[in-house]
Amino acid sequence: MNLIKFLDEFTTDKLQEPNTSRRAMFGQLGSLTKKAAIAAVPFGLATMSNKAMAQSSSSVVDVLNLALTLEYLEDEFYAMALDSGVLSGNAKAEAIYMQISKHESQHVDFLTAAIEGAGATPVAKPTFDFTVDGAFDPFNDNGAGQATAYAQLLALAQAFEDTGVRAYKGQAGNLMGNPGVLTAALQIHSVEARHASEVRRLRGLEGWITGNQRGAGMPEATQVVYDGATTEANIMQGGLDVTTLGSGSPFTVDASTQAYDEILTGDEAVAIASLFIVS
Amino acid sequence: MKKKKSIEVTTQTVGRNRRNFLKVSGLAIAGSGLLLASCSDDDDNGNMLGGTFDLGTGDVGVLNYAYALEQLEAAFYTNVVNGSFYASASADEKAILLDLYNHEVNHREFFKAAIGANVPMEQQLTADLEFDFSSVDFGNRDSVLTTARILEDTGVSAYNGAGQYIQTAAYLTLAGKIVSVEARHAAAIRTIINGSADYTAFAGDDIIDDNGLDLAESPADVISKAGGFFVTPFTYKNPQA
Repeated sequence: MNLIKFLDEFTTDKLQEPNTSRRAMFGQLGSLTKKAAIAAVPFGLATMSNKAMAQSSSSVVDVLNLALTLEYLEDEFYAMALDSGVLSGNAKAEAIYMQISKHESQHVDFLTAAIEGAGATPVAKPTFDFTVDGAFDPFNDNGAGQATAYAQLLALAQAFEDTGVRAYKGQAGNLMGNPGVLTAALQIHSVEARHASEVRRLRGLEGWITGNQRGAGMPEATQVVYDGATTEANIMQGGLDVTTLGSGSPFTVDASTQAYDEILTGDEAVAIASLFIVS
Repeated sequence: MKKKKSIEVTTQTVGRNRRNFLKVSGLAIAGSGLLLASCSDDDDNGNMLGGTFDLGTGDVGVLNYAYALEQLEAAFYTNVVNGSFYASASADEKAILLDLYNHEVNHREFFKAAIGANVPMEQQLTADLEFDFSSVDFGNRDSVLTTARILEDTGVSAYNGAGQYIQTAAYLTLAGKIVSVEARHAAAIRTIINGSADYTAFAGDDIIDDNGLDLAESPADVISKAGGFFVTPFTYKNPQA
């Protein structure tokens, strides 16, 4: 399946409609057309119809293909980073990138196998441009110099990992009813969070996100990673303002936003990934 | 019908529990046999099985389960912070532990409020679980950080393993919002424990498998590992609704 076609489908309403042939083909995954709400539903409303609350919905295979797209991006990024020489001489950064690279590669293989196992076709690996039309030079291919390239290499890794955490989280509701797939997705989700924490700390930040701050040294273009329909500055959890649940430092706005990561919708995740996709 | 998992948390066999936990985690954990305080006022509720509180099934079970784990984490970090940290704690380590305290206390109070608003009174886990941290030397860096690592890794594993029992999408999303923060914690704690001895510890090969997947453990396994910290007994017999 062509990636652009897939992304196009993912971001249109087509997925809202039953697709009989697809459903038949992937039937072994179970309730593929289950529509699950991913909106932040206040507790009092939790028993209302999920359908009425749904912001978007998609099938299990569509979710897995979105995940695969993000993993392709991360996998290629870390492989190119390790090949670039920008990390050479920095044993710590190199060891961290190698460990993350290994996981992203494993995620690509795992998701590919999962999609094929469902009788579906994994989305094709896109062509990436990590310079974003020359705005960045993370691999020091265009004369930015080692120091600038290194800073951009770390900044992009932070953006990709924090995006990954939010994107997987946003799709969890679409995997309800498929316990095996949901659990595996959660297991990838928390690995991305470990990566994100480590890359952030390597950059001198805290491992968690305060407000919707992208953090020192992050290019303005990465702000989209921390914004969205529900920004990382959100303090309303399940209809409760979590800053009001008690007193003292645990309930400051900073701590209250750090304590909860937020979702990206499928559309938002696709929009971020698309910045780095040529075709 | 899938066979339902049955989990007994009992403090009747303190010695055995302690040895089991030692084997798993390398930490000495003590337990004792106090009764669940909040259960004494109502003998008829459905969650009292033979006098021991059961966390319940489906959404209610996971909410109570998460609340128990967050109470445990919050109580641990409260001890760390109130004890002025361990003597050798660096500024960086203190800042991290204070953040973790703030986050876990917030999580605990969130679940308290959420359960209070959505779970019938008789099915609500007590807000006053008692814990036994006698096995932890709060003045010792290794003891504090190792316990923190176990609690954070176990928290990640517990949420990952229990997600499948959640019936309401909004609750699943909420669990997701919290579990990734627990994973961020775990990575940071692992990094400060291992330092330059192992730069890969944040997502080490000891916890991430060959498919790049994190831990996901059943409630039974989680409770058998962390059970030694719980003084107040409870069961989680049927997570699957």
